[in-house]
Amino acid sequence: MNILLWAILPYATVLTFVLGTVWRYRYDKFGWTTRSSQLYESAVLRWGSPMFHFGVLLVLLGHIGGLAVPKSWTQAAGISEHAYHLTAVFLGTVAGVFTVVGLGILIARRRLVGPVFTATTRNDKAMYVVLAGTLLLGLFATVRANALGDGYDYRETVSPWLRSVFYLQPKTELMTGVPIGFKLHVLAALALFAFWPFTRLVHAFSAPVGYLTRPYVVYRSRDTRPGARRTGRGWDGPPTASNRGRR
Amino acid sequence: MGDYYEPWTYEYEHLLTAPAGEHTPVARPTSLLTGKDTKITWSANWDDSLAGGNELAAADPILAKVSGAVKLEYEKAFMFFLPRICEHCLNPSCAASCPSGAIYKRAEDGIVLVDQDRCRGWRMCVTGCPYKKIYFNHRTGKAEKCTFCFPRVEIGLPTVCSETCVGRLRYIGLLLYDADAVAQAAATRSETDLYAAQRSVFLDPHDPRVVAAARRTGIPEDWIEGAQRSPVWDLIMRYEVALPLHPEYRTMPMVWYIPPLSPVVDALRDTGHDGEDMGNLFGAVDALRIPVEYLAELFSAGDPAPVTAVLQRLAAMRAYQRRVNLGEERDESIAEAVGMTGQQMDAMYRLLAIAKYDERYVIPAAHAEIAHGLEELATECSLDYEGGPGMGGSGPFGEVSGRPVPLAVENFQVLAERQRSDNLPDPTTRGRVNLLNWDGRGRPEGLFPERKDKS
Repeated sequence: MNILLWAILPYATVLTFVLGTVWRYRYDKFGWTTRSSQLYESAVLRWGSPMFHFGVLLVLLGHIGGLAVPKSWTQAAGISEHAYHLTAVFLGTVAGVFTVVGLGILIARRRLVGPVFTATTRNDKAMYVVLAGTLLLGLFATVRANALGDGYDYRETVSPWLRSVFYLQPKTELMTGVPIGFKLHVLAALALFAFWPFTRLVHAFSAPVGYLTRPYVVYRSRDTRPGARRTGRGWDGPPTASNRGRR
Repeated sequence: MGDYYEPWTYEYEHLLTAPAGEHTPVARPTSLLTGKDTKITWSANWDDSLAGGNELAAADPILAKVSGAVKLEYEKAFMFFLPRICEHCLNPSCAASCPSGAIYKRAEDGIVLVDQDRCRGWRMCVTGCPYKKIYFNHRTGKAEKCTFCFPRVEIGLPTVCSETCVGRLRYIGLLLYDADAVAQAAATRSETDLYAAQRSVFLDPHDPRVVAAARRTGIPEDWIEGAQRSPVWDLIMRYEVALPLHPEYRTMPMVWYIPPLSPVVDALRDTGHDGEDMGNLFGAVDALRIPVEYLAELFSAGDPAPVTAVLQRLAAMRAYQRRVNLGEERDESIAEAVGMTGQQMDAMYRLLAIAKYDERYVIPAAHAEIAHGLEELATECSLDYEGGPGMGGSGPFGEVSGRPVPLAVENFQVLAERQRSDNLPDPTTRGRVNLLNWDGRGRPEGLFPERKDKS
C-alpha cells in the first residue's frame, strides 16, 4: 500500500503530467486556450481572478520553499525552525485566504452567471472539484495541525519524501507517520497534476514571454507544414531554396 | 459583453413544432450565450450595415468634428455605403497586440492571418483593430478574421467578395513596397501627412531599379509583371483617385477607396444644374463643403485637399468622357486642368468603367516551384508519394485509390488550363487514361486497347 501510494502513484502522475502535456500540445494546439469567460462577465472576474491567481502563485512559491529547500539549508542560513514556521504560517495564511476566497468568488460566478455557466464544460466542473479539493485539504491540514498543537513539521517527512521521488529513490517509509490531512492533500495534489494536461489549466504554460522580445508585426511564410502541401521523402533532406518544391 | 455583442440564433424549431393556431408562428431571437429570449440591438458589424442609423448617426465621431450647424444639412446632403473588410494593413495593430504571436503577416503576399493553433484566446486583437475586423468565436474561444480568401488568391482567383460584387467595384492587384520603410512611414508625425507617407512606401514596378531589386530578392517574373499591370497601382499612384481608409490610425491600411462623386452630381442635378459640366462640378466640389469634409475625415485624416483632388479628377473624367460620348471634339483642357492627359483620361475611364475580369483582378498565382512534380504534367506519377499506392508504379487498389491529391496551388491552374485548351492532353499515365480528368475530346491514346488486327 505504501509503495503504491507513495512510489508508484507519484511516478504515474509525473508521467501523465509530462507526456499528457506533450501530447496535448502536439495534437490539440487548437484547444489550448483558457476559454476565458471575461467577455460574458467582467465585474466579478476583476476581483476574483487576480485574487485567485496571485494567491495561487504565492502558494506555489511557498510550496517550492517548503518542499524543495531542505531544512538543513535554512538552518545553515541561521533561520530557526520557529522563525521559519512563523513566516510560513503567516505568508501561507495570507496566500491561502486570498486563493480560497478568490476561487470561491470564481466558482460562485461560474455557477450563478448564466452565460458563464452555459460555457462551462463537464471537464471544467471536474477540474474545479479537484482543484478546490486540493486547496481546501491543504488548508484544512495546516489549520488542524496548528490548532491542535504548535504545527506539524512536514519538512522532516513530506519534503524529503518528495525530493526522494525526484532523486528516483522514493523513501516511502517517510510518509507512514504523516497525519491523514497531509496525506490526503498530497494525494489530491497528485490527482490534480495528473488531470492538469487535459483541462484548461494548461494555460499556465502559455505566458506570453515571447511578446517581450518579438517584433511588433510577425512575418511568416506560407504554410509549409506537412499535410498542407505534399511532403517530400526523407532522403530529400531539409527544405532549401532549390528543393523546396519537392517537399 | 454589452460593448461587443451577444451572439444569437432564432427559435427555428418553433416554426415546425408550433400547434396549429390563428397566428403564423414566429421564430423569436434567442441568445446563444444564455439560451434565453433576447432583443437584437447590436452586433459586431451593426453599424456597417446602417442598422440603428437613427441613434448611431448622431453618435458618428466624424460628424462630431464637422460642426453641429451643418449636421442636419449632412443628413440631406448625401448617403453612401462604406463596405469595410479587413485592411490587411502594412502595420497591422491586431498582430502587434497579439500576446501569443498568432496573428502574422504573410511574407509572400501580405495577407494577415490568425494561426488558430497558436491563438490562445487573449482577445487583445479584437480591441486592437481600429477597424473592428477581428471577431471572437464563442465556441472555439479564438479570434477569427478575413483571410482575404487566401486559398483562392494563391491560385490566382480573386476573393469571393470581389468576384461577387454586383457593382464590380472591387479591384485586386499587386503592390511592391519597401517593408523596411513601413515603420518609419507609420511614425510620420502629422496625421495629414500619413497619406503621402504611405504612398512613399510603395515601389514603382516600372522603375528598372525596383525590378532589378525584386529579381535579386527572388520575386518571380510573373509577379513583377503582375505588379506592373496592377490596377491598384494605377488607381493609387498613377491616377491618384484611391485613398486609404482612416490613415490616421497609422496601421497603413491596404484596402483603398475611391471617394464617391455621386453626392456632388446628385446635388447639382437636383438643383437643376448640368451635373456633367466640369465647371459646375468643380464649383460644386468646392461649394459642397460637407461631403468633402466628411470624406476627408474618412480618407485623409481631415485634410480636404486629397479628397478635393480626387473628386475633381473624377469630375473631369466625367466631363471629358461625356464629350467623347456625344461625339464632340475631345477637350484636352479638361484633362490638363487636373494634371492629366486625354490618353490617361481614357485609360482611367476604361479601368473604372469597363475593365474586364482580368483587368480588375491581376493576381499571379503563388509559386510552389514544383513544375516537374505537378500532377498534370505527370513527369512523375501523381500517386507516387510516400506511402501512396503509386509508389513505384500502380498500387494494388487501382489508380484512384489512396488519398486524393488536394486541389491546390500546384494543380488548379494546370487543370483549368487543360480543360480550356484546344490540344489533346498528354495521356496522364503511360498506357492509361484517367477518365475523371478526360474532357471528352478526341480519343486519348490508351483509352481503348490497341486493335490487334490493325497492327
